[in-house]
Amino acid sequence: MNTSALVIMLTTMTLVTGLMIFFFVKVITTPPKPEPDSYLDNDDEAERQVPNR
Amino acid sequence: MSANKESWGSRVGLILAMAGNAVGLGNFLRFPVQAVQNGGGAFIIPYLVCFLVMGIPLLWIEWSMGRFGGKFGHHSTPFIVDSMGKNRFWKYIGVFGLWTNIAVAAYYCYLESWTLSYVFHSILGTFSGLDQEAISDFFATYVSLGKSTLGIPYEPIVFYVICLLLNTWILSQGLASGVERVAKIGMPMLLLFGAFLAFKGFTITAGENGAINDSSVGLNFLWTPNFDQLWSPSVWLAAAGQIFFTLSVGMGTVQCYASYVRPKDDVALNAMSAGWMNEFVEVVLGGAILIPISIGYLGIDRVTEMVQSGGLGLAFRTLPYLFYQWGDALGAFSGVMWFGLLFFAGITSSLAMGTPWIGFLQDEFNWNRKSAAWSFGLIVLILGMPTVLFFRYGVFDEYDYWAGTVSLVVFALLETILFAWVFGMKKGWREITSGADIKVPGVYRFIIKFITPVLLLWVFLGSVFTPKGGDWGAAFRGNWELDNGSIINKLKNSGLKEQIAAATDPTVIEELQNQMFFVNASRILLLTVWLTLALLVYVAYKKRVREGRI
Repeated sequence: MNTSALVIMLTTMTLVTGLMIFFFVKVITTPPKPEPDSYLDNDDEAERQVPNR
Repeated sequence: MSANKESWGSRVGLILAMAGNAVGLGNFLRFPVQAVQNGGGAFIIPYLVCFLVMGIPLLWIEWSMGRFGGKFGHHSTPFIVDSMGKNRFWKYIGVFGLWTNIAVAAYYCYLESWTLSYVFHSILGTFSGLDQEAISDFFATYVSLGKSTLGIPYEPIVFYVICLLLNTWILSQGLASGVERVAKIGMPMLLLFGAFLAFKGFTITAGENGAINDSSVGLNFLWTPNFDQLWSPSVWLAAAGQIFFTLSVGMGTVQCYASYVRPKDDVALNAMSAGWMNEFVEVVLGGAILIPISIGYLGIDRVTEMVQSGGLGLAFRTLPYLFYQWGDALGAFSGVMWFGLLFFAGITSSLAMGTPWIGFLQDEFNWNRKSAAWSFGLIVLILGMPTVLFFRYGVFDEYDYWAGTVSLVVFALLETILFAWVFGMKKGWREITSGADIKVPGVYRFIIKFITPVLLLWVFLGSVFTPKGGDWGAAFRGNWELDNGSIINKLKNSGLKEQIAAATDPTVIEELQNQMFFVNASRILLLTVWLTLALLVYVAYKKRVREGRI
């Protein structure tokens, strides 16, 4: 490949892939909000319930 | 009260569903063609700029609009936008968010059914031993409802109905058990298939298996920058247009999906994650398949000529032949991967198109999910049959132009004005940042208020008054002759009229006149659907008033 094409391609692909991974990792590592939240699957996880006053 | 009590199963599921909504056939077929036609590697600069100043703002606007409307029990755009603006007229603007989805689903499911059919044909080995012309003819015969190769009469209609039934059944299963489950399977499969084909696209060697060029020739063709093109408004217009279609903004589906998110939960990070996932599929995978493989076997001149008529021809008429250059087994396998990838890209988008209508019926008329889903399937079948039966008369293209192109720009422009200027940036910013798991850069407050609406207005006006051949230089020098692709000339059928005037063969003239009839009939049909939906919104509004909900 010629240099300019290679530079544009690699820069773009690295940037897009990097940001995609960064935001997805952030999603899966961010602790969920206490119940009730928007998602059904974690409804029964005891540690995520709002403590009774 | 609304019968709609649904929720997403998980956050990752929601993001995959939202990314699946955005990732469509255009990621693989439209993006590379647009890049090639608009300066190669230099296209990526306007493309990414438009993503930053128009795509991301629109994603944040639509996600937060949806979550805001969901707070009041609204799950479709007519009453989501109604809750944001005091003027009664806004809910009729929201009709676009129902209409676009129904009209696009009608032809999109047909396209999706081709991919399903081609998966079966790849498995059955239909394309094995056929030369390129025979494979191209196969497609022409298929869409003209010609003879069936599987022995099934009206094979395209059968596949269309199967595809619709599948979509409808999944929709009837609900958000978490239907749409989300398909996204959780479909998106990883799509990435896997895409990675395999991208690897093949990157490793073609001239002289092996009939290839005439190395991969690098195709990649050079796609990525070599032509910086002179950066000054062309038509390149920027094309980049802005591509951002629209790829993100599925301006359709009403993002708002609908986001309306099931609770007010305290994040939308800012979710939108970024889904948006960048779509960009990855488009730029990294989409850029590595169609063009490098085609150029590897056909050469630059042939491919340049072929991309003038879009990516569909390359995808369905050419690639099945090229795959068989890798041998019978790998050819069939690659065919399954390619059309399977397109099918997953398609179905995750068409499912999103069903949800606004279902949400509307549940919210306003207390329909249950199953009945609402089947009504969607029935409407799409009725509206979609003309695209199947009269494909050669341009009905499919007409739906695509008005519902899949113009309507998106109109709705996105109006919703941005509503969000930034009517609802107000103060409240709008609060909606975007509320519960956010990332820090939203403050500059976006300015971008959303000023730059995004101006860009959208420019895209809209650029489509209404497109100068001939996209020559803006000549237009600004005073010679503003409209292109036949501009909205004004489209409405006047100028292109068709010119073709009729130039034709001498009576058979051709008759064919073109038939095409004119079907084009006009399609528009009347689409307009009738829009008016019917507006009437339903009016009925729903009156019902709300009677019930004291307004």
